[in-house]
Amino acid sequence: MSAPPDHRLSLFDVVALRREFPILQHAQAGKPLAFLDSAASSQKPRRVIDAHADFYRQTNANVHRGVYRLSEEATFAFERARGKLARFIGAASPREVIFTRNATEAVNLVARSWGEANLRPGDTIVVSAMEHHSNLVPWQMVAQRTGARLRGVPVDGHGRLDLTDLDRILADGARIVALTHQSNVLGTINPIALIAERARAAGALVFVDGAQSVPHMPVDVQALGIDFLAFSGHKMCGPTGIGVLWGRRAILEAMPPFLGGGSMIRTVELEQSTYADLPARFEAGTPAIAEAIALGEAADFLSEVGMGAIAAYEHQLAAQALERLRDVAGLQLIGPTDVHERGAIFAFTLDGVHPHDVAQILDGDGIAVRAGHHCCQPLHAQFGVPATTRASFYLYSLPEEIDRLVAALTRARAMFT
Amino acid sequence: MDDLYRELILEHARQPHNFGTLAAPDMRHEEHNPLCGDRVRIELQIVDDTIVDVRFSGRGCAISQAAASLLTDELRGMSVAAARALSKDDVLALIGIPLDRNPVRIKCALLPLKTLKAGLYGVGSAEVAAIDD
Repeated sequence: MSAPPDHRLSLFDVVALRREFPILQHAQAGKPLAFLDSAASSQKPRRVIDAHADFYRQTNANVHRGVYRLSEEATFAFERARGKLARFIGAASPREVIFTRNATEAVNLVARSWGEANLRPGDTIVVSAMEHHSNLVPWQMVAQRTGARLRGVPVDGHGRLDLTDLDRILADGARIVALTHQSNVLGTINPIALIAERARAAGALVFVDGAQSVPHMPVDVQALGIDFLAFSGHKMCGPTGIGVLWGRRAILEAMPPFLGGGSMIRTVELEQSTYADLPARFEAGTPAIAEAIALGEAADFLSEVGMGAIAAYEHQLAAQALERLRDVAGLQLIGPTDVHERGAIFAFTLDGVHPHDVAQILDGDGIAVRAGHHCCQPLHAQFGVPATTRASFYLYSLPEEIDRLVAALTRARAMFT
Repeated sequence: MDDLYRELILEHARQPHNFGTLAAPDMRHEEHNPLCGDRVRIELQIVDDTIVDVRFSGRGCAISQAAASLLTDELRGMSVAAARALSKDDVLALIGIPLDRNPVRIKCALLPLKTLKAGLYGVGSAEVAAIDD
């Protein structure tokens, strides 16, 4: 096995950083855990776990309600977390940051609220075959209700968006373009800024699914020139049960409420109500307070490591993984072969071994990978495979985990041939 | 883990018995596992209430393919009544691997039985639903 390159130490000390993650200290069946499923959900550093627990130990009260000190402290911590998330993505104001349950709910919020108010028969929602089901199904549902239709930007054989006909697609009634920033299967990083510029010229809004990009690279909503961004807390070292919708203030202010209830109102009479300003307008009911605060802590953690450094480190891992996986007999990678077009997510098939069996055999070596369609059935259909095995890396992944992956894949193939 | 991949399972997965199709089957049914896209089709030739020939086809993981191979071996020569009475535990005993702590893979192991029952009793029957319980 080749020694891991030392230049990674110039980015950050990954060995020291791993000590911050309690779960990575535990062996799995006597073997150190190689957690290569961060695209599904990331592990959490101690300070995020503590921030969540400390809220309940020290600050717990409902927000935006009481005049007593504890409630004021809870409200302050909750709103401070919103500010952290706003800074993390370069939002113009914390008011543009809406806390949701997850990225999926953020997509549903926009599809329902903006979609039902704005889409008409004949309008087009532009998507792609590489979308996660969560960035397809909500748009399909609103299309059914409004008479709008979905149209896909083609995906080429290397798993990249084919933008040749983009202007023609945009000119054909496009009202909104809903695309992923980074594919959760192919690893492809899409040229969102370029697409947004062309969408804007065509008068369409741009909704970006940032579930796989926000945790892994610097994302600045204003630099990208987009209108909406959705992402999850649990994929960026934060807790489950919390996600974010960012939207441009003027667009959000013009949208009708999504869910009705407490917190999102200004005045309520028996038969009618007026609604609160942003962000409360879109946050009906008691929010996930501890989760929001812990997510703010996760954003601090990632910022302190440095999103640029994280992206650079993952780029090194991706380059090595690409090189090493190429040498595994019978392995077919789905997605870009040029490391500059992709992140550190690798979906593949292994000749003669079903993805379920691959994942199970790897689990026996302490390596956690995902098998299945990864909530991307249209993409798997395009590539003609029912399922793939997926290995995905994060800031705590080690170069030697690539070696372990390659060795286990080779062993799995040997079992079946 | 490697308990799941005992030599018996690997042998049947590599070279499944009864793989193929029948020219004029008396029963033919296909089921799939929507979670992973696995498919199993079972075809039976029945004479005087006895299964005289059987084939399966489809694609899937080692567990579902081995289970189909072992189950179809068992079916040949069996009465239709006995085939109808086959239970979840019968199939698990047949493949003989510990799946009780593995709810995802148990679905793989039981897909062939589910296919058989849906073919014999009809899709959506209580006998098919019982396999998922």
